[in-house]
Amino acid sequence: MIENLGPQLWVVLPELLLALGAMALLMLGAFRGQGATGIVTGLAVALLIVVGILVLRQPVGQAFGGSFIADGYARFLKILAIIGSVATLVMSVEFLSSPDRRIFEYAILVLLSTLGMLVLISAGDLIALYLGLELMSLALYVVAASHRDNVKSTEAGLKYFVLGALSSGMLLYGASLIYGFTGTVNFAGIAAATKTGGVGVIFGLVFLFAGMCFKVSAVPFHMWTPDVYEGAPTPVTAFFASAPKVAALAVFARVALTAFPGITFQWQQIVVFVSIASMALGSFAAIGQTNIKRLMAYSSIGHMGFALVGLAAGTVEGAQGVLTYIAIYVAMTLGSFAVIMAIKRNGQSFEKISDFAGLSRTNPLLAFMFAMLLFSLAGVPPLAGFFAKWYVFVAAIKGGLFTLSVIGVLTSVVGAYYYLLIVKTMYFDEPLATVDPVRIELRTVLAISGIFNILFFAYPGPLVSAAAAAAKSLF
Amino acid sequence: MTTWPILSVVTFLPLVGALLIYLVRGDDEAAQRNARWIALWTTLITFAVSVILVLRFDPGQTDFQFVEKSNWLAAGISYHMGVDGISLPFVILTTALMPFCIMASWKSVKNRLREYMMAFLILETLMVGTFSALDLVLFYLFFEGGLIPMFLIIGVWGGPRRVYASFKFFLYTLLGSVLMLLAIMALYWNAGTTDIPTLMHTAVPRSLQTWAWLAFFASFAVKMPMWPVHTWLPDAHVEAPTAGSVILAAILLKMGGYGFLRFSLPMFPLASHDFAPLVWTLSAIAIIYTSLVALMQEDIKKLIAYSSVAHMGFVTMGIFAGTMQGVAGGVFQMISHGIVSGALFLCVGVVYDRMHTREIAAYGGLVNRMPVYALVFMVFTMANVGLPGTSGFVGEFMTLLGTFKVSIPTAFFATFGVILSAGYALWLYRKVVFGALTKPSLASIKDLTLREGVILFPLVALTILFGVYPKPILDMSAASVQQLVTNYNTAVTAVKAAALLQ
Repeated sequence: MIENLGPQLWVVLPELLLALGAMALLMLGAFRGQGATGIVTGLAVALLIVVGILVLRQPVGQAFGGSFIADGYARFLKILAIIGSVATLVMSVEFLSSPDRRIFEYAILVLLSTLGMLVLISAGDLIALYLGLELMSLALYVVAASHRDNVKSTEAGLKYFVLGALSSGMLLYGASLIYGFTGTVNFAGIAAATKTGGVGVIFGLVFLFAGMCFKVSAVPFHMWTPDVYEGAPTPVTAFFASAPKVAALAVFARVALTAFPGITFQWQQIVVFVSIASMALGSFAAIGQTNIKRLMAYSSIGHMGFALVGLAAGTVEGAQGVLTYIAIYVAMTLGSFAVIMAIKRNGQSFEKISDFAGLSRTNPLLAFMFAMLLFSLAGVPPLAGFFAKWYVFVAAIKGGLFTLSVIGVLTSVVGAYYYLLIVKTMYFDEPLATVDPVRIELRTVLAISGIFNILFFAYPGPLVSAAAAAAKSLF
Repeated sequence: MTTWPILSVVTFLPLVGALLIYLVRGDDEAAQRNARWIALWTTLITFAVSVILVLRFDPGQTDFQFVEKSNWLAAGISYHMGVDGISLPFVILTTALMPFCIMASWKSVKNRLREYMMAFLILETLMVGTFSALDLVLFYLFFEGGLIPMFLIIGVWGGPRRVYASFKFFLYTLLGSVLMLLAIMALYWNAGTTDIPTLMHTAVPRSLQTWAWLAFFASFAVKMPMWPVHTWLPDAHVEAPTAGSVILAAILLKMGGYGFLRFSLPMFPLASHDFAPLVWTLSAIAIIYTSLVALMQEDIKKLIAYSSVAHMGFVTMGIFAGTMQGVAGGVFQMISHGIVSGALFLCVGVVYDRMHTREIAAYGGLVNRMPVYALVFMVFTMANVGLPGTSGFVGEFMTLLGTFKVSIPTAFFATFGVILSAGYALWLYRKVVFGALTKPSLASIKDLTLREGVILFPLVALTILFGVYPKPILDMSAASVQQLVTNYNTAVTAVKAAALLQ
């Protein structure tokens, strides 16, 4: 195995570079002190972009005995996760610029968390899965609490950590059961060993899925989401809502589709239930929310439910649906959080939905973009969110999951209600004071996300075919 | 024959106008004037281009014309546009009514005028697109996309209960449509494409027909609206600004009927045949029940809204009769109702702009100070009643005729609607226009201005023209309707024959 280490390292080059780069930036920060926050953040963005380019050129192959898989599927999702991280870092510039929050570790933690995601997305066995998941999560716990003097932020970090540790425990227990019953940790090996099923493996599967449902914040393992989303600083919330969701969903789909194709029927029931529960809870529980970040938390629970509709189909179309959904979801979420961060008056952030009142008068463009994003999140055509839903439901219909589909589209109507409430607040209510001029980085993120979202229908080809190619590489 | 994508130009020209208005800066008087004129010219040019469609249209042909096709979403889902004799009248109706809507909003809308005009122009693009899309996904895109601008139009520029009305409108319609979306997906997997002309010639299994028909029905019945899912309409009509009510009554409601003609009958003939008695029953109930409800209204707009539901009952009844007269009558009735109800809402707008109330009780004796208005309003009231010589008569008569052939009880009950409509329409007219002008608030009310005259007189002319000479519309749609009815009856008889053989 040693002889061919060279080609193997070549396969993991982006991850390697990211790890080394993060270490180097940590040294830089450690020597230069908190004054280097700006430089470190800037270099971190540059590093991520370089890693992104390398990922695009990453050769297809496996490394370390199949525990690391670089395929089209991984490439698609890694790019997406990196986009999420870059956008988050860019949007965090303001948060990090205030004197009492100059923490260079923030960028390093985001980098390490992204490294965890890349490993997670490429995981080919349960060990790599756990390694990636923990690297990602541990960094996230700390980032959630990065606003150290704020009670809510530290509470969010602690809550996330305790519940996250519990879910990791369940995941590990499931992994050990699966190892015990199949004698291998490799996904391909598990697939070969579970052709006939077996009660023990299914027990392991349930625990493994519980751990992953926690990470994608699917019901009934969603409890941490609203509190963490509300408590964490807003750029961090944007991060939680985008990149880690991509990675967790990626590994969820990969494990389900490549490690357990033999017992699809068994895990399909779990995914169908989780999906329905997430869509329903995400829609109904969001109605009563007054804090926009809590609302976005329930919204993301609901959206994970929709993405899981595609997984429930268990087919190549379903995988394509999941990929398309998560890509569009990331774009919509980042744009929405850019708007939420832009609501500032005299340097003070506002997080209540009522603080958006009359935004269409005081800042028409911002309100218009947000309204389009909200309609898109609700899945109203011709916006991108509609196509996301189209691809998951079209897969579910083909798979014969009619009940799931009907419940899904009905909950999307319920969900439309609370998105409309925000539009109503912005457009129909009397305006409050003008918001501060929107910062350039937020404007950039919002412009890209908004234009993607509005004009997706005109040129859907590239994303759709990329998702189709990526999904095929799994099968 | 055509070298340029004429249909796409008609569809997307208003969008260009909306972009131009976006480029107009400022909110002062000059900017508002610019926005108005850009909107008016855009709609006029769009109408002019759509007239080319009529001139070049070959009414003898049953195929789709002005077809444009290019790759879009995936294999089987393409950007496919085209019109036939059934959809072209609706495209023209849309483009023809838009300039009137813009003019009707000339003075009455002052608040956020630029956004208002942009919303209307975007809505026009979506409406024309709905009628000319030849791909189910594309159709759904236009069909549902229209919810966004209409939601904003009702919610931002509407009356006191605008928030309630706009939410009800949006959620009701969305709820119906999402089920149709699932049916579209099922059809996609059945035929491997969402291309409408292909699907029209694809046999759909009986069980799928039933479910898909129900899903499409959920969407179109809400849009139409049919009893008992009509309750969003009175609220939306009452709260919407005048032009919004016009668009809602004249065009958005027609999407339901158009959907039945374009999808339900040709794609699911057997299910349509099975469910026809259900539709007839609902239609007959709608005609009688909503006419009775209309008799009790105190709000002018609400009364017209209920009368719209009743008139749409004739349309659904005629369409599902599946006879030549019934279907052609349904098309004609929709066009006629588009003109007449749109004009009625414009008439209400005229007095609303002066008095800022829609209460019937607040008016009376208008004929004394507004003789021209009284005359115009009378023409439309008569057309609403269905008086021979107005366009309203032709559609009602033909649908009743078509229905008599297949279901005498339905036609029997529906005929009561004609009497009842005379009841509420004439009652409204008497209360508002006739009598002594005793109310002090009305003492100084002025007759139609030139602008209002320009809006209403062409509609008067059309109402009477199509009443005495309905041939243009009937001829335009004849070949397509004939083909639809033939295919429908062939499919139904084939199944009946097969059942007999067994």
